[in-house]
Amino acid sequence: MVAELEFEKPLIELRKKISELKEFMKTTDVDLSSEIEKLEARLAKLENDIYANLTPWDRVQIARHPNRPTTLDYIERLFTHFLECHGDRCFGDDEAIVGGIAKYDGLPVTVIGHQRGKDTKENIRRNFGMPHPEGYRKALRLMKQAEKFHRPIICFIDTKGAYPGKAAEERGQSEAIARNLFEMAGLTVPIVCIVIGEGGSGGALALGVGNHIHMLENSTYSVISPEGAAAILWKDASLARRAAETMKITADDLKELGIIDEIIPEVRGGAHRDVDQQAAEIDKVLKRSLTQLLKLDGEALVRQRYEKFKQIGQFTFLHDNLRVK
Amino acid sequence: MWKDLFTKKKKYASIPSEQMRHEVPEGIMTKCPKCKKIMYTKELIKNLRVCMSCGYHHTMPSRERINSLLDEGSFHEYDADMISVNPLQFPGYMEKLEEDRRKSNLNEAVITGEGTLNGHPLVIAVMDSAFRMGSMGSVVGEKITRAIEKAGERHVPFLIFTASGGARMQEGVLSLMQMAKTSAALKRFSDEGGLIISVMTHPTTGGVSASFASLGDYNFAEPGALIGFAGRRVIEQTVREELPEDFQTAEFLLKHGQLDAVIHRHDLKDTLTTVLDIHHRGGEHGWWQN
Repeated sequence: MVAELEFEKPLIELRKKISELKEFMKTTDVDLSSEIEKLEARLAKLENDIYANLTPWDRVQIARHPNRPTTLDYIERLFTHFLECHGDRCFGDDEAIVGGIAKYDGLPVTVIGHQRGKDTKENIRRNFGMPHPEGYRKALRLMKQAEKFHRPIICFIDTKGAYPGKAAEERGQSEAIARNLFEMAGLTVPIVCIVIGEGGSGGALALGVGNHIHMLENSTYSVISPEGAAAILWKDASLARRAAETMKITADDLKELGIIDEIIPEVRGGAHRDVDQQAAEIDKVLKRSLTQLLKLDGEALVRQRYEKFKQIGQFTFLHDNLRVK
Repeated sequence: MWKDLFTKKKKYASIPSEQMRHEVPEGIMTKCPKCKKIMYTKELIKNLRVCMSCGYHHTMPSRERINSLLDEGSFHEYDADMISVNPLQFPGYMEKLEEDRRKSNLNEAVITGEGTLNGHPLVIAVMDSAFRMGSMGSVVGEKITRAIEKAGERHVPFLIFTASGGARMQEGVLSLMQMAKTSAALKRFSDEGGLIISVMTHPTTGGVSASFASLGDYNFAEPGALIGFAGRRVIEQTVREELPEDFQTAEFLLKHGQLDAVIHRHDLKDTLTTVLDIHHRGGEHGWWQN
């Protein structure tokens, strides 16, 4: 049973009513088919209304849906011969990040992504998809390996953020993230990043310095979680809904701000409703991205990535408000 | 109704808030927050704002930092008039910027430029926590990126002093992306053989510690500086365990292998000179060339 979301409640009630009427018709002789037809038309309209007008907060809920497909769900569907490679060779293996080698329609690639768990037990093992420094160092090791063997890199981004813990600080969480940003900027192979769920802050960006960045329609990408923003800005975490609207964290917002390249359409109601279909949508965009990027040589890839990030930001000059970039 | 005229109005003592106390223009005397000793501000400044009695390193304004290190008259500032806009139309952001400009006498949270340090030409960037807690938005990211690019063009070292609470919330994901932008600039500079020196001062946290602050060929810090990725309170809430007293201080980082050295402010200029000297390219002759 798929967990239902707050904004979907009216739909659930209507569906329930329709099935009740159908049940009732089966057991009695009363003909209610015209009633049911009317209700079904209303349901279709309501569905359209709700899914076409999702608020940023609704999308946050979809992005965090417990059944939302994870990196491994997409790896299974988009790639063949996936061989997971573990460990950072320094400290340990952080299961909040998975990575390895695979084939994408025959092409050797390296795939890396944040990995949430499907249930409590797995979530504990994977630390709810919140990496420690060794996770980022594993990712970097695999990226360097990809560069050595001229393989494109595909990163799936899906984390609330880097783990805020004592051990993470002791082992250099800051340095690990910074190092990934630094090294990714210089890699001479194509990097395609796809935000599939939550793109939370530096912990997300540490897998996010790509030539192309795409976002699923209902995913989010932000400097801080809506709850965190509300706590800092208004000293009240319950204002998260308002923060979600203010902080511009949806795929549409990021497209408008010139940060991402493409918005990957989602199955109606969210990716969790049809994982195969969602994987097919990602496949289309990924194929297009790689086709473009594989034409560039190493130097051109590094330059393109540099220019991409260089142009992000808005500012002006005193006494010269027209020079807005 | 008449009675209202005669009720005694309660008298309130006004206790200045923590914030107010910081905003009070610096007086003749300054109280050390660590040892509580009161001293002449003038003398404190002359001592590079290091407490004469306990050695506590007070916050050093960016201009004072530049004056304390660079050769007199050598500093030439870049992009002094670059200022922030309000890309997310964030309520109240413009007013806050205006207020900080007035209070801090700075246009943004970083000053960049070029100059010489004991004769060594370099590009320098100094963050200032007096402006929006040194937070990094588009302007800070852009100014630092441009400064790094200038250092690359001029083939001189890049020296950065960090002091920042992290990414600037009011510019949302644009602030986040400045981490990648500045790091990419450092990567390009580094690949060309450029020397990067980072000096972390109090505080260096969040998105700044997780980008350029940690990317020096040499990462130094001032004594007692708070340096870390996540805030102490956040960590306490998630892990629910007692954190050590010195958690996330420069000394804690040094112990855990995250820094090259913790350097007293009085020794900073000499140390930087030594590093610059050792990386000085060409011009030197010695036995190794024979």
